[in-house]
Amino acid sequence: MTWVNQDKCAIVGVGATDYYVRGKSWPRTINDMAGDAILKACADAGISVKQIDGFAYYSTAGAGYLDKFDTASLMETLGIPNVSFSATLTSGGGGCAGAPGLAVAGLMNEDCKYVVTVMALQQLPQHRLGVVFGASAPNAENSFLQPSGLVGPGHLMSVLARRHMHLYGTTRDAFKEIVQATRANTHNRPKAIRKNPLTDEEYWNSPMLADPLCRLDFCLETDGAVAVITTTTERAKDCKQPPALIHAVAHGGSREWGRAFAWMGMPDPDFASSGHEFVANRLWEQTGLTAKDMDVALLYDHFSAMVLMQLEDYGFCKKGEGNDYVLGGNIRYDGPGKKGGGVPVNTHGGNLNECYIIGMTHVVEAVEQVRGTAINQVENAELALATGGPASLPVSGLILRRA
Amino acid sequence: MVYGAARALPGTGIQITTNPDTEPFWEAAKEHRLTACQCGNCGHFRMPPTAYCPECQSTEKKWPTLPGTGTLFSYAICTKDPKTGEPYVYVPVVVDLDGAPGTRLVSNLTGIDADDVKIGMKLTVDWNPIEGDWVLPVFRPGA
Ligand SMILES: [Zn+2]
Repeated sequence: MTWVNQDKCAIVGVGATDYYVRGKSWPRTINDMAGDAILKACADAGISVKQIDGFAYYSTAGAGYLDKFDTASLMETLGIPNVSFSATLTSGGGGCAGAPGLAVAGLMNEDCKYVVTVMALQQLPQHRLGVVFGASAPNAENSFLQPSGLVGPGHLMSVLARRHMHLYGTTRDAFKEIVQATRANTHNRPKAIRKNPLTDEEYWNSPMLADPLCRLDFCLETDGAVAVITTTTERAKDCKQPPALIHAVAHGGSREWGRAFAWMGMPDPDFASSGHEFVANRLWEQTGLTAKDMDVALLYDHFSAMVLMQLEDYGFCKKGEGNDYVLGGNIRYDGPGKKGGGVPVNTHGGNLNECYIIGMTHVVEAVEQVRGTAINQVENAELALATGGPASLPVSGLILRRA
Repeated sequence: MVYGAARALPGTGIQITTNPDTEPFWEAAKEHRLTACQCGNCGHFRMPPTAYCPECQSTEKKWPTLPGTGTLFSYAICTKDPKTGEPYVYVPVVVDLDGAPGTRLVSNLTGIDADDVKIGMKLTVDWNPIEGDWVLPVFRPGA
């Protein structure tokens, strides 16, 4: 069944601050950076910030999980006269690709006309995301996890990666290839944090933070802000840029994944997965498309192993075959995948190499690819997939189409 | 890679809190008794303990004494004390609990070199005192 709202809304503006190594954005404040990204997205769209009348957040409107976004403050700060839609996807970074879908809900319900999705991130020394689970106060639920010393998301994810290696013979070589293949896409990106080609030696010498994952398998810890503007395709005609049509979008997931790695109760094979199968199936049902139809895939890469598991969950390859698929060069921007059925992954370098704004850069890259203006443009890119998560549900996925 | 002996994290500095749904688990641990939350209506096990049985939505709970053994489902190897950042080899494990199908505990493994840990190993519970006079279940190899 084709989705009733297919191509009826579009992302028409993107904006971002510079990207800073963790802690280097101070003395900018989080609202300074969020406002900067929103104003740039409005300029990109060719609208006034005063035309914004909707907010569609994710991560429970948490700025880097640590602070909170507040529609009232952003309105007041930026001089937005009225707001008629303000909503957020629950849970964490898993919602980034789904937040424009929330905007579609507001737009199609005629609640609002121009919706902004924004994420800003600023890690202060006392608030590092990398150890967020270890640093949070004990509660009745995390008392069953925190004492194990699995202090951060990467530590938890390493346990999932280990199970995948056990079940399917997945190797660290595949994780290395994911990091190297996506690193190869940042050398020409002015704002990227990590730009040097990654040698085998550097990868193998990278300190193990939680075996089997080393530091280079972990995403960057960065500061910055990214915003996108969504409106109806009808209104998009008056905007400055070609619209990136929202062809399909979904968020959610299955109970087997549920609280995911904040819980560790997932049965096989969900445990050794990205928890994305439910969302992937919904996207394919909404469109009649498959993974093979995507021209580029912007897969949320907080940890390298989770790219491999998403490739399986979305059907770029079969379950358990991610290792060989990746090692076959199929995720390379300039790899055999172009002709061999693979799809370039994270042409912007992703969270592992460019910067980590909790997934928003993947959405921006998807927009630029279907506009035809990406720095690492995939030739004739018509369809771009962006994902959010793996994380506790909901996770999300978004397919943008060239107008 | 040679990691050497796996140690449980020091009990000093480990804090837990409880709520009415979870407290019986921790009270049992004080008596060195491993239990899991079982539905008093349909018998389904769930961990961590929660208010409702996800199978039948009953709030009735039982706390049977389990054998105290399990199977290693997955693990990581970490090398820094999370509190101090000092070198400290510990092995977080996810353990399938015997006698409570479908439930898992996330804990530490001791009594083995980290290099020798294998998925599928049989494990037995041990007890580590932590802050607030609570006791934490940890595991060692063997059934
Ligand atoms: Zn029940």
